[in-house]
Amino acid sequence: MDLRFTPEEIAFREEVRRFFREALPESIRRKMVDGRHLDKADIVAWQRILNARGWAVPDWPVEWGGTGWTPVQRYIFQEEMQQAPAPQPLGFGVNMVGPVIIAFGSEAQKRHYLPRIRNIDDWWCQGFSEPGSGSDLASLKTRAERVGDHYLVNGQKTWTTLAQHADMIFCLVRTNPRVKKQEGISFLLIDMKSPGITVRPIVTMDGGAEVNEVFFDDVEVPAENLVGEEGKGWDYAKFLLGHERTGIARVGVSKQRIRRLKELAALEPAGGGRRMIDDRRFREKIAAIEVELKALEMTQLRVVSAERQGRSKKPDPASSILKLKGSEIQQAVSELLMEVVGPYAMPYQPDEEGWNEPPIGADYAGPLAPTYFNWRKISIYGGSNEIQRNIVAKAILGL
Amino acid sequence: MDFDLTEEQRLLRDAVERLVAEEYDFDKRKAYAQEPAGFSPARWAQYAELGLLGLPFPEALGGVGGTPVETMLVMEAFGRGLVLEPYLATVVLGGGLLLLGGSAAQQQEMVPEIARGRLRLAFAFGERQARYDLADVATTATAAAGGGFVLSGAKGVVLHGDSADRLIVTARTAGGPREREGISLFLVDAQAAGVTVRGYPTVDGLRAAEIAFREVRLGPEALLGPRDHGLDLAERAIDLGIAAVAAEAVGAMSALHELTIDYLKTRKQFGVAIGSFQALQHRAVDMFVALEQARSMSYLATMMAEAEDALQRRRMLSAAKVQIGRSARFLGQQAIQLHGGVGMTMEYKAGHYFKRLAMIDTLFGDADHHLALVAESGGLIDAA
Repeated sequence: MDLRFTPEEIAFREEVRRFFREALPESIRRKMVDGRHLDKADIVAWQRILNARGWAVPDWPVEWGGTGWTPVQRYIFQEEMQQAPAPQPLGFGVNMVGPVIIAFGSEAQKRHYLPRIRNIDDWWCQGFSEPGSGSDLASLKTRAERVGDHYLVNGQKTWTTLAQHADMIFCLVRTNPRVKKQEGISFLLIDMKSPGITVRPIVTMDGGAEVNEVFFDDVEVPAENLVGEEGKGWDYAKFLLGHERTGIARVGVSKQRIRRLKELAALEPAGGGRRMIDDRRFREKIAAIEVELKALEMTQLRVVSAERQGRSKKPDPASSILKLKGSEIQQAVSELLMEVVGPYAMPYQPDEEGWNEPPIGADYAGPLAPTYFNWRKISIYGGSNEIQRNIVAKAILGL
Repeated sequence: MDFDLTEEQRLLRDAVERLVAEEYDFDKRKAYAQEPAGFSPARWAQYAELGLLGLPFPEALGGVGGTPVETMLVMEAFGRGLVLEPYLATVVLGGGLLLLGGSAAQQQEMVPEIARGRLRLAFAFGERQARYDLADVATTATAAAGGGFVLSGAKGVVLHGDSADRLIVTARTAGGPREREGISLFLVDAQAAGVTVRGYPTVDGLRAAEIAFREVRLGPEALLGPRDHGLDLAERAIDLGIAAVAAEAVGAMSALHELTIDYLKTRKQFGVAIGSFQALQHRAVDMFVALEQARSMSYLATMMAEAEDALQRRRMLSAAKVQIGRSARFLGQQAIQLHGGVGMTMEYKAGHYFKRLAMIDTLFGDADHHLALVAESGGLIDAA
């Protein structure tokens, strides 16, 4: 047992850190620190910088642009990226549809889509959830009927993140309603410009509109856009949800947000001429989160260490713990970031293009409450924390 | 960065786990607790034979040359068995203090004797008014004419203080109450004139003592470590103790969690195993998360226990103690709840784990105490 990284790993961390310091545009870094919305151009620009460096898809096989890094290097890269703080490459492409295409797609699909995902030439979104199918995803109803050389798709997807920017959507669709619900599902790649697709924004309680409803009305999809075999979509979806759990705990994000919290606590008045950082109770609330986060970081390192030993080729069930604890910690930090500004959490100051009013209170206060509101999503998306508990109960505890 | 054990470490772990499985079942433990010392001298002799009592000591002193990792493995196994012997008091704390602060003569005299199982120590650091503050020392050691010291005062809840041959006592040789400077450590024969030991069982089935010192005369060789600057030494030994009880707690929590999961799978109500109920499944998962978070911090405590950077070491050990305390409380309470009535009984093992876990929180400072220390030190993550 040894906590120390090797000299090569330490050098690698330095290299990565230097790259983020030099290559990450200041305007993007500032938005990340302040917790403001990134626009499409920010995300595209950053992913292309990463791609130019060869680091957009570290986890992919080397032949498709991966880096061949060890699990420890991948961990270091993630952590440094989160702490920079830099945006993650668009997950719907890089971590979701990309690995599915690599594992199950045709040669033509690989050659066409994978380079475009790396360079974010296609903006991908995810068509899984439906109004009637959330945690019970396999009950989904969107139909795809084979008609000649294409599928005819009808139905509705929802909670589709950033569909307003999307060129492509990967969808779970029902191709066979006569078999067991999991066995009648297929995995389709659909061009968002296809006639019959309508995108309608859903405004969330923070005032943002990052999620959407997507309607399919007699949408024609070429048959070659089927991934793998018809009826195997559920297996591919499980592969996708279990794949690429590095960084799911988002330890680096929480570290960076705690740094920010302490920075603001040193600025914010606590009454009586004191600052929030002088308030013993508030400091202990921060410390309590830091302890949990340290434990989670160690838990994550245990998973990385086991991965490196090749003991867990399959996604480690411990990744469910990472998601459970990681989401709770991120939410707890977002809560304190709202509390730290006290009454100045209240003024509503939209974070949108064209809003040029002078800030009310400190210039950092505006996004803090909305981020707290928005981050409630973290324990819901990607399999709610209750679903994660079901998984641990079954897979690890055997209940 | 790795969490792997060496081949020797795996062998050690297996050996101690086997020993606990064979010699420490519920009924045997009950019998050991009834022995005069409150533990089993036969087991103690067996630990000596296996080399466990010399585990952290260098070979030149009759030891095995182990690291805190070896101690962690032993303590985790001991936690599973709710072992009663004074391993923490004698080997971890007593031996630790001798290695960290003892003169060559003191080490040569005592360390091999510990390893052979012939010398038991206890660390008397707590006082009634001090709660968890190691620097709040009212016991005094005044310089005696012609060299040596005179020790007066009282120490409380001294772990295994009633079976120790020698006590290691913190006393004030200079400075005012609660000052960090002016504290020294002394080796005191438990039989010395003026020493009164009132031993008693603790609520978790172990032993402790209230000890009074009334003008106890000590020779100059009784001083352990630097005069007036002994607090650092005491803190380093306490940190070894924190790492050890963290591992013990993880062992106890693992065993208690397994016991609970077994119960959920076998206990039937409404015609089905109660483990099929989602409310109980989710509780069991939350217990598992608490356990794994505690295990992670036990590893951290082990790997930081001897760190040179005192500030980092103190922060991380305090953070570990916070996590251990919180995890143990949650897991322990839920284990009893999920067992229902049977969890309440003296005749069932769950309650004994619960009690030990509750007492481990109070050892060396509870979760609140250590959380305050973490917060006062500026936390674990530096500000931007």
